[in-house]
Amino acid sequence: MSAAIEIRDLHKSFGSSVALDGLDLEVGTGEVHGFLGPNGAGKSTTLRILLGLLRADSGSVILLGGNPWTDVESLHRRLAYVPGDVTLWPTLSGGEVIDLLGRLRGGLNATKRTALVERFGLDPTKKGRTYSKGNRQKVALVAALSSDVDLLVLDEPTSGLDPLMEAIFREEIQAVRAEGRTVLLSSHILSEVEALCDRLSIIRAGRNVETGTLADLRHLTRTGIDAVLADPPVLQEISAFPGVTAARLEGDRLTCSVETTHLGDLLARLGPHGIRSLTSQPPSLEELFMDQYRRGSALTDQAAEARA
Amino acid sequence: MSGYAATGTLVRLALRRDRILVPVWVLALVALAGGSASSTIALYPDPAKAVEAARAAALSPAIVGMYGPIADPNNPDSIGALKTLVLGGIFLAVMACILVRRHTRSEEEAGLTELVGAGVVGRRAPLTAAVLVASVTVVVTSLLAGLSMAGAGLGLTGSLAFAAAWAGIGLAFVGVTAAAAQLTETARGCTGFAIGTLGVTYLVRAVGDTSAELGWLTWVSPIGWAEKVEVYGANRFIVALLPAVFTIALIGLAFALLERRDLGAGLVPTRPGAAVGTPSLRSPFALAWRLQRGLLIGWLVGFAIFGLVLGGIAGNVTSFVDSPQVADMLTRLGGSAGSLGDVFLSTELRFMAIGAAAYGISAALRLKSEETDLHTEQVLATSVSRRALLVGHAVIALGGSALLLLVVGAGLALGGASQFNGLRKALGHLLPAALAPIPAVWVCVGLALVVYGALPKVVVVAWALLAAFLVVGELGPLFGFPRGLVDLSPFSHGTVVPGGSVPGAPLVALALVAAALVLAAGVTFRRRDLVSS
Repeated sequence: MSAAIEIRDLHKSFGSSVALDGLDLEVGTGEVHGFLGPNGAGKSTTLRILLGLLRADSGSVILLGGNPWTDVESLHRRLAYVPGDVTLWPTLSGGEVIDLLGRLRGGLNATKRTALVERFGLDPTKKGRTYSKGNRQKVALVAALSSDVDLLVLDEPTSGLDPLMEAIFREEIQAVRAEGRTVLLSSHILSEVEALCDRLSIIRAGRNVETGTLADLRHLTRTGIDAVLADPPVLQEISAFPGVTAARLEGDRLTCSVETTHLGDLLARLGPHGIRSLTSQPPSLEELFMDQYRRGSALTDQAAEARA
Repeated sequence: MSGYAATGTLVRLALRRDRILVPVWVLALVALAGGSASSTIALYPDPAKAVEAARAAALSPAIVGMYGPIADPNNPDSIGALKTLVLGGIFLAVMACILVRRHTRSEEEAGLTELVGAGVVGRRAPLTAAVLVASVTVVVTSLLAGLSMAGAGLGLTGSLAFAAAWAGIGLAFVGVTAAAAQLTETARGCTGFAIGTLGVTYLVRAVGDTSAELGWLTWVSPIGWAEKVEVYGANRFIVALLPAVFTIALIGLAFALLERRDLGAGLVPTRPGAAVGTPSLRSPFALAWRLQRGLLIGWLVGFAIFGLVLGGIAGNVTSFVDSPQVADMLTRLGGSAGSLGDVFLSTELRFMAIGAAAYGISAALRLKSEETDLHTEQVLATSVSRRALLVGHAVIALGGSALLLLVVGAGLALGGASQFNGLRKALGHLLPAALAPIPAVWVCVGLALVVYGALPKVVVVAWALLAAFLVVGELGPLFGFPRGLVDLSPFSHGTVVPGGSVPGAPLVALALVAAALVLAAGVTFRRRDLVSS
């Protein structure tokens, strides 16, 4: 699978503030790639560099086989963008904006346009200044989705959408994937990421923290254990087991969390102590991301060690 | 009375935001009034000569049409205020308009009034704060201006009357803008309404001042009221109550309108637009035209009316006695020799050229507001190149400003056709002089484009440059600036008095400079990051 986007060691600073500090990102052709990170991590900066709106300080960026800074016109015929802050021209109607952006890109699919306006329940005759936030978002989404481009770059595309519209958005993205097109989706909505993304990248403070499938990422995190043992060992012994943290012993009841890679090892060590009952709790998505966002850099080091 | 909670906090917020803008503007206006007074005294060291000049000026409809009548030609001081009362009053009114708009409709359009209004802030507080800040600024500026004129050696009572007259103009436009901010949904529309009103009041008094039958027109114009104070003459302070009452009435109207409308809305509800884009809406130029056409049409109408009215006044001018003293004074005050009507028109044309440049700069800087409003980001994410985006707006700025001068030339010819023996001859006489400043205007537009391309965070530099050209080019001769400095203004080159022969070389040179600036704008814009705030 050739890469639709290939970023290596990307740096970008604004004055003294460093936005990107050696970012790597690879998005395969035909995949829906989640792009996550806490606020200010550099997601929008990365997207703006991909769109040729900002110039990279250093590093290499290959977008659809071209250079996003110099090959603007040819590349942009093949991509569509939904910005994080959708602002419409106050005097242009939604329908006019959709047609204008489509034509400036090199044409839009009229059948899709009609269908999408209908599906999203958008009133295309309202003027830009009279739309609510959610409806502005719909205008930008219809404009982007009604084109037959190879790549969709979406910056928090569902912010402001109601759950019904969010569901329609997911269906549309699944249809885009079925057509073999590529999507780079920046999002804070974890269920959306889980439902749509083949792979995802988490960035923090301008660097890539983790890339992989959700299953890969789950593998890197901790599982909660709640066990009742017939003959519990002393607490110090359990705490010394590889990968175990936050161990507590109350009578015969042990609670702890263990790195998922060491789960089997822990069970093997507990076996001789007579496991009477055992609950293992895989990390929730929320826990997983909180963990990554908070301790991102530490985990990267750990992951690097694990791979080595 | 309720509805005023947190007004004090908002006043402090406004002062914090304006801590550079207001002092700079106040100082500039005070320097204009005081400097103009002292340099006129220097020009006419002998009071008898000043009286002679004032008498001649009072008899000249050209002078009266441009600067207003002289209250008492026998008072030598009156010459010292001739050029600043109306002209400076207009600058003051523009300041008042920008100050009020900045803290009312602009804030509302940006959604900041909503943010602030959710706090313990009275419904009337934002407008009250804006009116207070602008009014106090106007009064302080006027008072300092009057004192600086007295300091320059003019009579104290007359100078205070001058201050009262100036404050009247400024306050009237605080009121006009306060009302306009309620009527229109956009800050742009608010400016258009207020500045359009300013133009109308200038013209109405010009007609009133120069016509025997329509003399009453002066009494319906806030600028006319300033003239009726009769500074350095009768010093009728009581007339200054007129603008005060007018302002209070307009502010009352503004509050009444405020009570009747929703936040963010104007009085006229937005109509639905087209469900699909017209087939022609498909290029960056088409978008630029769509965004800019309303403003350009407004300016064109304004310039056409100005041209027609001034042409009509010029018709009267030449039928009056051509006095050598007046010609001499016009020359000294920064005009050039020629027949009186032509001198009058050439002075007006220079100001119209500055106006056309102001239009061109604001049209060019639409690029900046498009970028700040994040519209540019969406357009450049399509296959539109930066060059095409820049060219779209540049064509409108360059073409529109040239069209404005064409329209004003045609208007002048139409209005003054009778005295030139027909429209054809009038066009032949006036059009070259009207069109000659086009390359100079283009240089200003080119500078605005370069500033946008290279230094998007300080596009205000483009306006500062225009103001500098205005000062050195138009007021430089009055202040006795050295020739080299005056020549820095592009408007000092190639412009001619009507009927004069248009010099080719300076115009070609200016056009080349303008072309180089536009090219430089394209290169610098191509190389920089987009600015998202």
